Amino acid sequence: MCDHCGCSIVDDHRHHHQHSHGHDHDHGLEDESRRAIEVRRALLSRNERLAERNRGMFMGRGITVLNLMSSPGSGKTALIERTLADLPGDRRIGVIVGDLATENDARRIRDQGVHAIQISTGTACHLDAHMVHHALEELDLASIDLLFIENVGNLVCPASFDLGEEARVVIIAVTEGEDKPLKYPVIFHDADLVIVNKIDLAEAVAYSHEEVVANIRQVAPAAEVIELSALTGTGMDAWFRWLERSAAKGVRAPP
Amino acid sequence: MHELGLAQETLAIALDEARRQGARRILCMRLRIGDLSGVVVEALRFALETVAENTPAAGARIEVDRVVPACYCNQCRCEFEVQAHSYICPRCGDISLDLRRGREMDLISMEVV
Repeated sequence: MCDHCGCSIVDDHRHHHQHSHGHDHDHGLEDESRRAIEVRRALLSRNERLAERNRGMFMGRGITVLNLMSSPGSGKTALIERTLADLPGDRRIGVIVGDLATENDARRIRDQGVHAIQISTGTACHLDAHMVHHALEELDLASIDLLFIENVGNLVCPASFDLGEEARVVIIAVTEGEDKPLKYPVIFHDADLVIVNKIDLAEAVAYSHEEVVANIRQVAPAAEVIELSALTGTGMDAWFRWLERSAAKGVRAPP
Repeated sequence: MHELGLAQETLAIALDEARRQGARRILCMRLRIGDLSGVVVEALRFALETVAENTPAAGARIEVDRVVPACYCNQCRCEFEVQAHSYICPRCGDISLDLRRGREMDLISMEVV
């Protein structure tokens, strides 16, 4: 039970119409009393409300939050690991990792001495603002100024759920095919940055830089594109510069 | 995508609104779904029918208005429909970042008794 986000709302409603007398309504009356009512509410309004609450908490504490999204195996965790190892300066980083099962990714990150919270979603195909809200209860927000949220590996569902992040980063690997942005346009459309990972394999898979950039431009005209290899470190400096720019832009002093 | 979860949210909103308006039963729910929302309308319809069972919304008709995505072109000062995920204005060829419609996921209205 959660006081802040109304976890129990759905259950309350479910039990609202328990008949002891079965379901024999008087259908003769229905035509007379039938009426139209306006609703005009967003289906995801609960998520949006919680996302704004998260965002307010991040802004108040001056934490830059990035939502990292990709298909499974594109290298989200590897990118975070490499970033933790090589990011210059003294950024204090926290990580929230979403997967259907296991603590494996969080363990990989904790091995580097960084505070990582694993959200095991069970069967859910995406993180939502509610899950992040509860993960934040376990994170010492005073001790971080940069938070990576590694979403569940999936290029469809995470696109619809605002988590309260400052920016969205979508990661693809050169091995996935140049037309990935055209196949999953919705998630790319909202990206602030698209990272093309595993660039060290470009030659082996006959990767076309021009084609990928053109495809990203078509569905996400505003997104920046960075090619890198989290394995070898190639291109990581461009990502670090982007991170510093986002952090500089994102940190706002409390009112 | 996650149509079952979305259906549960929809039902919660519908039942809340029905209760506030003093309605006994929900006969029809009208939704507005944008083509860029990621929602598979038929999956949402099926999920909503399923979660509505044994609630005041059981058997309710589900009507869905689809919304074709549209962008606003700053050069031409007018809207254009986004076809096949292309954000290029058909008049001037400029790329538009100003998406005005197409992400909707709303419960618009209901018929109740």
